[in-house]
Amino acid sequence: MSGINEFIDNEVKSSDVVLFMKGTPGFPQCGFSGQVVQILDYLGVEYKGINVLTSDELRQGIKDYSNWPTIPQLYVKGEFVGGCDIIREMFQASELQAFLNEKGVAAKGAA
Amino acid sequence: MSIQSTIESKLTDAFSPERLAVINESHLHAGHQEHFDGTGETHFRVRIVADAFAKMNRVERHRAVNELLAEELKDSVHALAIEPAAPGEPTRW
Repeated sequence: MSGINEFIDNEVKSSDVVLFMKGTPGFPQCGFSGQVVQILDYLGVEYKGINVLTSDELRQGIKDYSNWPTIPQLYVKGEFVGGCDIIREMFQASELQAFLNEKGVAAKGAA
Repeated sequence: MSIQSTIESKLTDAFSPERLAVINESHLHAGHQEHFDGTGETHFRVRIVADAFAKMNRVERHRAVNELLAEELKDSVHALAIEPAAPGEPTRW
């Protein structure tokens, strides 16, 4: 495994919820990343935000790691859940809350 | 051929969709980055209803579209929002 792959692998396995995004949770630099931040914050989920704009290697590396061409990307317990569209759809269908609880992650407003 | 037409024809060929809308949303992102003036073909939304999605979960549906449009995503398209559905599923359009 290359260095960046190992770094990503380690990140997604060492925190329950990891969001790869453009910008930071406090200052998202892309509307799509911002939407996922809003949803996670609304649900009171504890997560680690990783800013892919800090490194070209990371920005490309996460796309290769997940075989997913766009940012943001949400991981729960090491598993890729989806990007902005999927997270929003799941949230609107109240599936995200149920999914997080199923995974043992605390979230408000569970169905 | 515009990128929009390319996306439309690739999706039509691959999925024979019941309903399809490819919307250029680039103008909504004008000014978000230095080189987005809103006149280009950088941001798209794909709304698609097709039988092929019936047996796929959410991630698989998005992957199927992303993979089909990998070339466009690599070169010029900066963002692709996807709203896939199987026939009979609720859509918002």
